[in-house]
Amino acid sequence: MKTIITVSSVLGLILVTALVMGDNDSDEKNEHSGSMLNRVFSKQLDVAPVKSTQYQEECGSCHFAYQAGLLPARSWEKMMGNLENHFGENAELDIETQTGLTQYLVRNAADHADYKRSSRIMGSLGKNDSPLRITETPYFLRKHNEIPRKVIENNPKLSSFSQCAACHVNAEKGSYDEDEVRIPGVGKWED
Amino acid sequence: MKATILIPVVFLFSSHAVMADALNDMFNEYKQNGVTSFNEQAGETLWNKQFNDNKTGEVRSCTTCHGTNLKKVGKHAKTGKPIEPMAPSVNQKSLTEVKKIKKWFKRNCKWTLGRECSTQEQADILTYLKNQ
Repeated sequence: MKTIITVSSVLGLILVTALVMGDNDSDEKNEHSGSMLNRVFSKQLDVAPVKSTQYQEECGSCHFAYQAGLLPARSWEKMMGNLENHFGENAELDIETQTGLTQYLVRNAADHADYKRSSRIMGSLGKNDSPLRITETPYFLRKHNEIPRKVIENNPKLSSFSQCAACHVNAEKGSYDEDEVRIPGVGKWED
Repeated sequence: MKATILIPVVFLFSSHAVMADALNDMFNEYKQNGVTSFNEQAGETLWNKQFNDNKTGEVRSCTTCHGTNLKKVGKHAKTGKPIEPMAPSVNQKSLTEVKKIKKWFKRNCKWTLGRECSTQEQADILTYLKNQ
């Protein structure tokens, strides 16, 4: 009996510690402990990968198919309502496709997803904030603030922070683990 | 042995047939809208023509993103994302879907020319592209 209590106490302590550490966003090392735990509860991995082939095809033909869980539903609705001026480009779709993709994005948006990065992006936003750029969310800015802009913007292989998969080698799978970052021409990024 | 020869032949034939189907549909539609000539030369000229964008002052042409060699991979002007070659001789998926042809004509003509392309312009461009 005593053994069972001791074992469960130790397990409980580990769990609580890991949860607390995982919640601390300011320290990368701690966050890794968090993601290790998250792997046990696999639902808590970074963001849900894109599951819609239509989304992959329609949106991913021009740019990285940003996972729906990287912005709140209200952002996606705003964006999909103005595709004629999509960051200065014309990205018009027929109404059927537009409606279908909006539904997909809203259903899987950050505020409807139980994934680590989605929750943290939401946590960094005000109640009514509806950013159109993932790169302008406070969470994104905080996570990339140690990388000087010139490393990205003067890089011949990159043009901006928008090209997730250029550095996050497993971004397409929904993984944004810092250990997997490889900046073209720079390699691994050390803090 | 027979199968190994047959498979690529069937594959090659079917992708050409798909391209021909989509293009036939497009050309028939243009004809119904009054187009009588399909001018490869005019298509090539338009493809390479430069336009000034009123809003940004940028000089734009089809080649801005598709590159000057249709048999090579292009690059999206803004995002840098690779664009598969337009030439059907090297990219069997090119020009095989009516829906895609229409979508990209609409979007890309608006971006490049600042307006939609006329049916005549589309007919000429497709005539040029299909022979690449």
